[in-house]
Amino acid sequence: MGLTSTTSGATQIITVECDRIDAAMAIQFKEDMRRETESGPDRVVLDLAGVEFIDSSGLGAIVASMKQLGSQRRLDLAGLQPVVEKVFRLTRMDTVFRLFSTLDEALSASMD
Amino acid sequence: MKPISTESCLELNFPATEAEASAGIAKLSTGLARQGLPGNKAGDVRIALAEAINNVVEHAYAGVAPARVQVTCRLDQDRLDILISDTGNPLPGYHPPAGVPASVETAPQDLPEGGFGWFLIHQLTSDICYERRNGCNRLSLRFDFENTG
Repeated sequence: MGLTSTTSGATQIITVECDRIDAAMAIQFKEDMRRETESGPDRVVLDLAGVEFIDSSGLGAIVASMKQLGSQRRLDLAGLQPVVEKVFRLTRMDTVFRLFSTLDEALSASMD
Repeated sequence: MKPISTESCLELNFPATEAEASAGIAKLSTGLARQGLPGNKAGDVRIALAEAINNVVEHAYAGVAPARVQVTCRLDQDRLDILISDTGNPLPGYHPPAGVPASVETAPQDLPEGGFGWFLIHQLTSDICYERRNGCNRLSLRFDFENTG
């Protein structure tokens, strides 16, 4: 579905190159995230700046991607557009993930 | 339907598959924006519409041959009405589920990965109405616009 990955210091940045993460993309997204994060730094930042829409299946796929990382690694989210952020807020998943408005903000924040 | 009115209508029907639904939802969102859906409502409408249509694809047509989803939108100055109909299985108990969301106050490994659909629909709509008629499911979603424009 289009993920690109780079590493910046001790952080892996995964950018979603697709304008939506929804029911049609959820399984593929989860599988692609598994492949991208098989090994790598303990901190992963998912850059969602290009994603204009997410539904509850897409949200579930992001939650699943976080679980796949295990307890020693963490997944932070960056660049959420207003609709995407609203889905996180309504479901209270905004209390589970650290959300950063931009990738730069995410990168300048510390691991914890 | 009513000749003297400010209403505008938008209709779309598509095969009940995830890929067609994804494209259909995007197309409806674009069409509604073009017809003047207030920008501050566009996100809410798209989320609720997506959840309702995904439910049809995943549940109404589960175990039966998937047919089509018909969506009719009627946009007026102060509200939007959306009717989603399909010929799949009826909602359990012939009633929209209350949609109580799973708690996120849990260990990370136990976090819910689904079950938010009806909760989101309830949160984002002003009214929900469901009826089963002649073998069709008819789900109506209403969105009232606050006078903030």
